[in-house]
Amino acid sequence: MKTIFAESVPGRGSRFFESDAPTAAQMLPSGLLRARPPRLPECSELDVVRHFTGLSRLNYSVDANFYPLGSCTMKYNPKFMEYVAGLPGFARLHPLLPRLEQGAALTQSALQCIYEAERLLCEITGMDAFTLQPMAGANGEFAGVSLMAAYHRSRGHVRSKMLIPDSAHGTNPASAALAGFEIVNIESRDGMVDPSALASYMAEHGDDVAGLMMTCPNTLGLMEAHLPEIVAALRAADTLLYYDGANMNAILGKMRVGDVGFDVMHLNLHKTFATPHGGGGPGSGPVGVNARLLPFLPTPRVIRHANGSFCLNDNLPQSIGAIGPFYGSFSVAVKALAYILRLGGEGLERVAEYAVLNANYLKKRLEDVLDIPFKRLCAHEFVASAPEGMHALDLAKGLLERGFHAPTVYFPMIVRECLMAEPTETESKQTLDAYVDALREIVELGKNNPESQTAAPAGLPVRRLDETSAARQMVLTEDMVVHSNSRWSSKGCLELTG
Amino acid sequence: MSNCPSDLLYSKTHEWTRLEGEEAVIGITFFAQETLGDVTYVEMPQVGDTFTAGKEFGSVESVKAASELVAPVSGTVTSVNAELENAPEILNASPFGDGWIARIKLSAKPECLMDAAAYEAHCAAEKH
Amino acid sequence: MPFIPHTPQEVEEMLAVVGVRSLEDLFADIPPEMRPRRFELPKGQSESAVCAFFEETATKNRADIISFLGAGFYAHYIPKAVDALSGRSEFYTAYTPYQAECSQGTLQAIFEFQTVVSRLMEMDCANASVYDGGTALFEAAMMAVRATRRHVLVMDEAVNPIWRKMLATYSAGLSVTLKTVPQKNGESDTQALCGAIDNSCAAVIVQNPNFFGIIADYGEVFAKAKSHNSLGVISVYPVMQAVLKTPGEMGADVAVAEGQSLGQPLNFGGPYLGLMTCKKEHIRQFPGRIVGRAADADGKTGYVLTLQAREQHIRRAKATSNICSNQALCALRALIHLSLLGPEGLVRQAEYGMSLARQAVKRLTVLKGVDTLNNAPYGNETALRLPVQAEPLVNALIAKGCVPGFPVGRYYPRMENVLLLACTEANNPVQINMLAEAMGDLL
Repeated sequence: MKTIFAESVPGRGSRFFESDAPTAAQMLPSGLLRARPPRLPECSELDVVRHFTGLSRLNYSVDANFYPLGSCTMKYNPKFMEYVAGLPGFARLHPLLPRLEQGAALTQSALQCIYEAERLLCEITGMDAFTLQPMAGANGEFAGVSLMAAYHRSRGHVRSKMLIPDSAHGTNPASAALAGFEIVNIESRDGMVDPSALASYMAEHGDDVAGLMMTCPNTLGLMEAHLPEIVAALRAADTLLYYDGANMNAILGKMRVGDVGFDVMHLNLHKTFATPHGGGGPGSGPVGVNARLLPFLPTPRVIRHANGSFCLNDNLPQSIGAIGPFYGSFSVAVKALAYILRLGGEGLERVAEYAVLNANYLKKRLEDVLDIPFKRLCAHEFVASAPEGMHALDLAKGLLERGFHAPTVYFPMIVRECLMAEPTETESKQTLDAYVDALREIVELGKNNPESQTAAPAGLPVRRLDETSAARQMVLTEDMVVHSNSRWSSKGCLELTG
Repeated sequence: MSNCPSDLLYSKTHEWTRLEGEEAVIGITFFAQETLGDVTYVEMPQVGDTFTAGKEFGSVESVKAASELVAPVSGTVTSVNAELENAPEILNASPFGDGWIARIKLSAKPECLMDAAAYEAHCAAEKH
Repeated sequence: MPFIPHTPQEVEEMLAVVGVRSLEDLFADIPPEMRPRRFELPKGQSESAVCAFFEETATKNRADIISFLGAGFYAHYIPKAVDALSGRSEFYTAYTPYQAECSQGTLQAIFEFQTVVSRLMEMDCANASVYDGGTALFEAAMMAVRATRRHVLVMDEAVNPIWRKMLATYSAGLSVTLKTVPQKNGESDTQALCGAIDNSCAAVIVQNPNFFGIIADYGEVFAKAKSHNSLGVISVYPVMQAVLKTPGEMGADVAVAEGQSLGQPLNFGGPYLGLMTCKKEHIRQFPGRIVGRAADADGKTGYVLTLQAREQHIRRAKATSNICSNQALCALRALIHLSLLGPEGLVRQAEYGMSLARQAVKRLTVLKGVDTLNNAPYGNETALRLPVQAEPLVNALIAKGCVPGFPVGRYYPRMENVLLLACTEANNPVQINMLAEAMGDLL
């Protein structure tokens, strides 16, 4: 599709704001002004509406397609949640109001929503306190590891190492490194953390290990069988346990993170609690802690007075500080709160049951289509390998061609030609069956005609894109153009225009 | 296996070294570039940087992977291959020739490097 | 159960395929000692009951009060078309565009977003956004630390204290030293900033307009930084940027912004939008997602996530940042907002707010003891010196139905008498008269 800049016609404009105010040049010294106005699109409102409606049609989405992206929990996003979060009483509220004594009175029910959401998340997970401040999952991880660092500092420990299983999301090591930790990779055995490897490492370095970050069920879709021993071993060394909540959909109502001994965790409200992913954000990554870590939570905290009113509390002398500007992705939290209230405790437990049922059903039905490395029961997702001689990427593209979004491919890296599928509880048996049929067809076709696989996908807005040239040429805005196609040009092939 | 030139020395992390008196030229091997795939960027050291063998001195990126460069020898960088900045594909086309990465003035005698035969055996083992 | 489509018969069939007898059998891997000690949540409610609850709750918040509150976060009008278009579920129920062929809508929108943000700042390139203005500032500082391999950040005290606090939190575990240069009566002390830059300095960090609403040209500061091979980092206010000298013109290396004022509701603090731009020589240090243009197998133009080798899913602990999501939907809203306003609309919006702020200054400084904090140029937000402490006065005015602004003493001790007042198109001259009368009554 043409870009919005190609649609732009000089002098057109939507005339959106018109005023008889003086010009900037009349109000400010010329040395402080820009030489020319920003080169933004000049379009009528209808031009803009057509352009973005057109763009929207180029996307797959949960509302239009089955989207079994592993570890992403692409479940249906109920519409009433959007309505609730958009109510003007929430959407137009200035975050600094409760910083003013009288202003707090104007925001009581917003503060109450934060307080209630935190309280309910505690009950769901068994943690002692939650903060909604982190703005996404990775941001929650950073907050969580910062809390762990603060805990050890407060006890006079200097602990430099963070243990991370090789099946963890790439964000775990990146977040821990950002907080200054040295990462120690823990290898899996049979798809799970090997307690003996862990024990031997702890025996040697235990007093330098700040914590262990675990995903459970892990990214292979397996429950960690040795969790109690792992918890006991780390507790003994005053090493903290972090729970990555990306896979929380598998255990709602079946296991509580706090009850089994984790000290700190994050949730992805945009996964487990059905808030939309937005094409890659905004998310929300609340962090829960047990009593040991509570004194270090970011501020402000929302507290309730004995008279039932709510206010902000900054008086947490050991707090790590501020992870976000205010109280996190507030409107996302409101949606999640609405979801929890709609489903209730029983509904949440059903979520886990049907998410796990759908994953196991899909896995079983694909056993004669793909290579399934772990045949035992899976949690809410499972991993499979492309059949010998075929590539996960090709199968993924074949699925796109047939109207399905692909599963996560090439992750976790410890599985060959990996396809990681998470169907979620909101998909019907009919959809799962159709997906199995499509994959079977792709694999059969590939056996007879390997070219059919690399040619996919056809019929989409574009075919496979040349990512290598994109990375080498780096055309990142409309104003960057490739000047030379010569592969051996020694001059910069990139120049700015305009 | 790709004819590893016999006049070069090799490290386990797939860098090659050509000794030229007090200096050494270093690059990455055919095996390394093949494993990475189409190279999109080479992060090079700066002239004047000093490093010791076994330490990271840059990185090579492809579309879906990144690999740290590990210094095979100790010394000070005297020049770098500026061509790679705008044409990283040279690394794929000519890893042992035009795709050299840096020239180093040695500060210590090279140690623990393999000859071509030993390196080829190392690569064969790594493939399995 | 809501949102679960399975019929009892289908459940039986599916369990049979899996080879277990009941749903509970699927959780055999979780032994009894690992089961919840309690799970006491409220009973589920109907959609209408939940909506009614929130409708009632939301109206108890008084978002409709007359307000001159800004301090970096502004009540701007958002065209309804922004809601209508970003509310298309093809956009908001998609995931990160990993599979480019079925995500061209999101990818092209991000490419266009990168373009408008770069053009607004007159910088070479932008990323797909980060969480908010504070994380953008931190990521910019880390770019400088990596690029220069230095560890001292020189920070203007007139940078928004909310973001300065975040920066301190984020860098607590890193060997980074924050050197804060005091502001002078609300003005950035450019001489002192220049003086603080030396060969150990990774970056100098400033904000325009600064927290006090004051506008300056930081070209000289950035030139000094350049002479020491330090980076110049600036945070701007996108609406005022429509008219102000650009980061590109001043010679900044990295320019960031809180993008909330571009089509995002105030939302009681989030989600917001961190804009990040840089000169092209720093692109390898850029955090987060970046979209690039590419050709497909038939030579047709398309868009892909590019330069991914910098990111956490490949580099893990060595990534440029741990960020994985961007604020894609917020970025889309900002792009639609800017496309609807166009250059003229954005300039008019800035000028209206500036003009109204001047009316407010004129009207309020007539009051006994009220004066401007200094004579420095300002945009749509300005600091006033009051004859009394600002905070009690603000509270008294809120009780009368008007938030006059933010009491600066909250963040700057010894400035208890200073009020920070912002005007946008959500305000008008009638409101200014009301404010002046109410304030006059109290002084």
